[in-house]
Amino acid sequence: MKQVILAAHFPGVNNHTVWSDPASGSQIDFASFVHLARTAERGRFDFFFLADGQRLREQRGRIHDLDVVGRPDSLTVLSGLAAVTDHLGLAGTVNATFNEPYELARRLATLDHLSGGRAGWNVVTSSDAFTGENFRRGGFLEHSQRYERAEEFVRTVRELWDSWATGDLVADPATATFARREAGKFAHRGTHFDIGGHFTVPRSPQGRPLTIQAGDSEGGRAFAAATADAVFSRHSRLEEGKVFYRDVKSRLAAHGRSPDSLKILPGVTFALGDTDAEAQENADHIRRQQVSPQTAILLLEQLWNRDLSAYDPEGPLPEIDPDVSEDSIIKGRTRMSRDPLETAAEWRALAESKRLGIRDLIIEVTGRQSFIGSPSRVAEEINEFVQGDAADGFILVPHLTPGGLDDFVDRVVPLLQERGVLRAEYETTTLRGHLGLEEHR
Amino acid sequence: MSAVPLHLAVALDGAGWHPAAWRDPAASPKALFTAAYWAQLVAEAEHGLLDFVTIEDSLALQTTLLDGHDGRADQVRGRLDAVLVASTIAPLTSRIGLVPTATTTHTEPFHVASSIATLDYVSTGRAGWRAQISGRRTEAAHFGRREVPELRPENLGDLDKAGVVRELFADAADAVEVVRRLWDSWEDDAVIRDVATGRFVDRDRLHYVDFEGTSFTVKGPSIVPRPPQGQPLVTALAHSRLPYEFAARGADVVYITPHDSEQARAIVREVREISGQVRDPAAEELRIFADLVVLLDDDAKGARERRARLDEIDGATYTSDAAIFTGTPGELADLLLEWRAAGLQGFRLRPAVLPTDLTAITRGLVPELRGRGAFRRAYQAGTLRGHLHLPRPASRYAGSRR
Ligand SMILES: Cc1cc2nc3c(=O)[nH]c(=O)nc-3n(C[C@H](O)[C@H](O)[C@H](O)COP(=O)(O)O)c2cc1C
Repeated sequence: MKQVILAAHFPGVNNHTVWSDPASGSQIDFASFVHLARTAERGRFDFFFLADGQRLREQRGRIHDLDVVGRPDSLTVLSGLAAVTDHLGLAGTVNATFNEPYELARRLATLDHLSGGRAGWNVVTSSDAFTGENFRRGGFLEHSQRYERAEEFVRTVRELWDSWATGDLVADPATATFARREAGKFAHRGTHFDIGGHFTVPRSPQGRPLTIQAGDSEGGRAFAAATADAVFSRHSRLEEGKVFYRDVKSRLAAHGRSPDSLKILPGVTFALGDTDAEAQENADHIRRQQVSPQTAILLLEQLWNRDLSAYDPEGPLPEIDPDVSEDSIIKGRTRMSRDPLETAAEWRALAESKRLGIRDLIIEVTGRQSFIGSPSRVAEEINEFVQGDAADGFILVPHLTPGGLDDFVDRVVPLLQERGVLRAEYETTTLRGHLGLEEHR
Repeated sequence: MSAVPLHLAVALDGAGWHPAAWRDPAASPKALFTAAYWAQLVAEAEHGLLDFVTIEDSLALQTTLLDGHDGRADQVRGRLDAVLVASTIAPLTSRIGLVPTATTTHTEPFHVASSIATLDYVSTGRAGWRAQISGRRTEAAHFGRREVPELRPENLGDLDKAGVVRELFADAADAVEVVRRLWDSWEDDAVIRDVATGRFVDRDRLHYVDFEGTSFTVKGPSIVPRPPQGQPLVTALAHSRLPYEFAARGADVVYITPHDSEQARAIVREVREISGQVRDPAAEELRIFADLVVLLDDDAKGARERRARLDEIDGATYTSDAAIFTGTPGELADLLLEWRAAGLQGFRLRPAVLPTDLTAITRGLVPELRGRGAFRRAYQAGTLRGHLHLPRPASRYAGSRR
């Protein structure tokens, strides 16, 4: 039986994270990160995961104010967590477009040292000029070049990690040798990076910290097959999950890689209850919290690509059609990829047949939880997904900070452990080890 | 009894500042790249109630040359990223300030602002930044984005004339300004969680910093809410007029390197004069610390012998930009108080050997200073700014609505 890989996603800056609940805590105090990480470690999760965005989101030219805003620097907070956890992997999203290989390779290798081999890197590639405005180098990258740069970026980072061989750090006073003379030497001459010199961080415990990829285009999938250890995917429904899984895994052979060498991890949400019926009630309650009247209008605007602030959230959908021009009103996150006119027609039909106002419609058509049910049903479904090759495991995205994973760990984890698909105790010390991946010592 | 206690920081780097430190019997050279090593050192510094530790860093291997790789295998080479080391130590300590080094030249100011602000959250208000300029060609070649002339002793004068150094400092001043604006870009009360209007933040209390310098622009606001201290401590090491100006403009603490009390007096006078010209009159007074390498022993002869032994192991007489003190903790206490009279607020001591000279500071020097009424017996504040009697500043944008 395949083991289920589990990761804990710190709640993000989108409407999925419920901030209006009395149980909702700080999105930025370190104590919140500690709580979630320790909960995940108690549940014997494989890793903790942080998303990233380098510019506050905007809609219609104004900072988006309806969702949680504000987050930490990923690798800095993960280094703090290294001190208060023992086994949990620590993976952070870091943008390959607005960083440099030398510096990022150092930071990741440092995290790997500080955590004793638990570092992971989710490589993202956004290239928008909007985000670029926060950086000295600006928005310099053509969208079409993002994976070209990302691929060379990852290759360069790995060359840097390999620049210290095992044994280059000697630290032997008797022979007066601290480090071998050639330690850290590198030269990379490529299209995007032309750099050379010496790297400052000795080989880290994993040698090669875990690399995760989270892009869904053809380019993203090709990149994952060529370079990644894991994919953070959006395909969280059983059938589409299987299709995605087959597609990405089938690309591995061409790179001389085994199917096991790349783990597919959809991001998923959940709602629990004592019974399936109670879980459904909880799920509905959470959905209403996630879609406030204001958020309903805002999500509608994202499809319509128009100012709809004059519409009543409890009223009917707009009669006017979506604006399909290129210019997007949303900045700092990807626009919905569906065909807006077609989707609007579907939504109108649904609203009419079920007699739904805007808010109820939005609740219905966006973001339903992936797993809803009693603990035993959720454990069952999770296991079915994995054994049925729709996933190798999941990145769980709780809706509450910091306690959103408590119930899952208390009630679902023991059932997965009973089934023998989740470790009862950690048996490995590194993140690569937890995932059963080849070590690069 | 001296009225005003002095401030003490310790500069941590590798196995200590003497190049042969890692070969000392007390050293643990194999552990330099572990969290436990750094945690133990900082715990010891906190045990001594020191104000803060700094952590050295650079974007190239250590070298005995002004610029370029020296290929030496017999000295410590390699460092971890200092900000991340500080962040790992933060949850393991509770009072001491943590001041990692980050460069203004190659690291994006936006990233510096985010990571130091995050360190301030992880440490609940104990973060600082030692802003450092990277002028070396070796470092630039690791980034490949700037053409930089090699620094050689014989061409330093020419580079100075060509304005290269001035440009580096102007660029650094811009970086500090951007970072400080980003730290202020969220007003303290920006998060409102107003269920009635569905708003998590009041966007009128989030501010674009709209920085436009000579070579770059930054939009903002920060992705990180305003850090607990409001403005984490900014510090800089300075040896001459340009860096004094840089520190006087943007820093809270400057480290200077006098070699005797007369020099200390002269530098303090110069820094104060420059501050009078370039420092925002509304800003808190710049804190001036002197840097000293320290090699301590219970008797002065023992200290001198240790130093001679280390020099012999390394095969060279150790020299430093800072004065090197060799003697007993009691003698050092006397010296610090004598120098302090030149107008210094504190010292950043560079232990020659770790942990030996750190322990001599915390368990030898600190009691000596206390005996002279010149050092705290308990932490009085919970934040790094607090240790230095710097109030928490309001955001420069507070009250301004877009
Ligand atoms: C599940 C998932 C999570 C993502 N998380 C982030 C993130 O935290 N930060 C970010 O900048 N981009 C994130 N992305 C964006 C991708 O990394 C990528 O830049 C984007 O999807 C465009 O690439 P594509 O055209 O291949 O999809 C995420 C994408 C997916 C599918």
